[in-house]
Amino acid sequence: MSPPLVEVSAISRSYSMRSGMFGRAAAVHAVDGVSLTIPRGETLGLVGESGSGKSTTGRIVLGLEPPDRGEVRFDGKAMATPGTAAWRAQRARMQMIFQDPLGALDRRLPVATQIREPLDIHGIGTPAMREERVRELLRAVELMPAHGTRYPGALSGGQRQRIVLARALATKPDFLVCDEPVSALDVSIQAQVVNLLCDLQAQLGLTLLFISHDLRVVRQISTIVAVMYLGRIVEIGSADDLFARPEHPYTQALVSASPAPGRRSAGRIVLAGDPPNPAARPQGCAFHPRCPRAVARCASEVPALSAVGGDRQVACHLVTGAQTRDAA
Amino acid sequence: MSPLVSIRDLRVAFGGVPVLRGVDIILQEGEAVGLVGESGSGKSVTWLAALGLLPRHAQVSGSVRLDGRELLGAPASELDQVRGGRIAMIFQDPASALNPVLTIRRQLCEALILHRNLSGEAAKAEARRLLDVVGIPDAGRRLEAYPHEFSGGQVQRIMIAMALAGNPDLLIADEPTTALDATIQAQILELLSAIRREMNIAMVLISHDLGVVAENCDRVAVMYAGRIVEQAPSNQLFADPVHPYAQGLIGALPPLDGPRRRLTAIPGTVPDPAQMPDGCAFAPRCAMVAEACSVSAPSLARIADDRAVACIRAEASRCALLGIAAE
Repeated sequence: MSPPLVEVSAISRSYSMRSGMFGRAAAVHAVDGVSLTIPRGETLGLVGESGSGKSTTGRIVLGLEPPDRGEVRFDGKAMATPGTAAWRAQRARMQMIFQDPLGALDRRLPVATQIREPLDIHGIGTPAMREERVRELLRAVELMPAHGTRYPGALSGGQRQRIVLARALATKPDFLVCDEPVSALDVSIQAQVVNLLCDLQAQLGLTLLFISHDLRVVRQISTIVAVMYLGRIVEIGSADDLFARPEHPYTQALVSASPAPGRRSAGRIVLAGDPPNPAARPQGCAFHPRCPRAVARCASEVPALSAVGGDRQVACHLVTGAQTRDAA
Repeated sequence: MSPLVSIRDLRVAFGGVPVLRGVDIILQEGEAVGLVGESGSGKSVTWLAALGLLPRHAQVSGSVRLDGRELLGAPASELDQVRGGRIAMIFQDPASALNPVLTIRRQLCEALILHRNLSGEAAKAEARRLLDVVGIPDAGRRLEAYPHEFSGGQVQRIMIAMALAGNPDLLIADEPTTALDATIQAQILELLSAIRREMNIAMVLISHDLGVVAENCDRVAVMYAGRIVEQAPSNQLFADPVHPYAQGLIGALPPLDGPRRRLTAIPGTVPDPAQMPDGCAFAPRCAMVAEACSVSAPSLARIADDRAVACIRAEASRCALLGIAAE
């Protein structure tokens, strides 16, 4: 078996934040001991609510931000020091797609110029080859060459996201981090972009880290899914199995909260309380104040992520391996 | 029974460009109706027009009746009794709907003074009761807090409390949970349905999320390019959509269980309102399109009790979905 393309081991990142103008600075643990392995050609979906640390994780994996602790290995090698030639070469192999395509594009440049830009920066090919590559990329994202001459303002939301995708693919990367890439799009356009991403991944053998709050989209595109809550992974496993049989009480609530046509809300788990505040992380299991099944131990002891059978790992004191799964 | 609200042939144009092109909606007392559609389909404009909340340069025609009384062109004094009184509205971005420099008490009491003739201690007591109803803990103390001291979910609860201040018969919720996290969305939807049941308030739920609408409404209207293209009871619409656009929307939604399938994406994009195609606005994106589709726009026709669809290929598309030969 080939080694995984991306290996994230126990990364942590905290920021200091002041409460109010004169308040004392407090450390906010955005990401706390996250480990992930993404095999070549597969997609890892990262889900969680706002403040769960999923975007920060994506930024660290991509090397946009250094971790305080822990390490990211890409293709068997540690991430190079930012700014060096080795780092630039590595960065050409990994790209990012953001939620807001209009914010990621320059409104004053025709989009073809923007797709070409990474080729210019990394000095890939001759000018003629770059032009040809831009046409090829436009075709790959199912746009016409004429679209390339337009400005971002003259394109629809779905078309803009395709341009961002084309630009990300320009340097033939192996790895894409997609942070909520379809959340701002309408349902029918979202389906177009999701299908396109799936097709491109199959054609180009891309490895994806797909960050989203939308469980449906994540399931559609991912092979492995990790659920984050307040900076930690609370559950990880294969996509189909995880959504069919969520084990962690938080994953269960999340799956149950996802509205489905043709189903009435009977039997829904509605969590009490507000979304967690990363600056005031509860003691013990961070989820215990909202957990319907919390026991005394949950308030004092942080549960570790441990295998519970199959390829599933859960961080919960109440989920402990095979007997629990059978009993459920 | 006479309907609570009846909208007939409502049309809106901005600078000569039609954005709402003839909408009919009947709403019974206590009923929950969902409006789904993509951005620009006219879901929000319908209700902004009905309540006279559009900018002055909008050209509005048609009829909107509340208990038989015409609202379009009604004098401002009459509309002021209706807006926030009999019909209340809550929006997607609750934080921008509250005044950041006034306490919650001031803002809640304003509605109570305007619509319920309460004042002083009575208004304050009622404001506290409303916060209790919407599940804000420690309501008495929290009345003196400012909007920024509440989380997003709590601010939406306060907006709901404010909407309830006028004792409305109809609540229009425009994407009320779109900006919220999944677990908070579930809380707010549960609160809305509990309030609706207890106070017998009719609700219009505007959303781009088919799942949210399906679960919380009795009836759903699907809008496309300024028209309603299909209207049906929620369970029937999702089990057996007839309009090709409604079918497309449901097919575009990734399933959460069962086998994965390729999503049926609707090709192309929504037409520009200034360059609306002749005939059916959906025809250029439609898989079932026939020659007749570009001739005239189909009108909403009844296909069963409580079901209507605006498509001349309705029979064929339904057969295609069920896998029966169209002939």
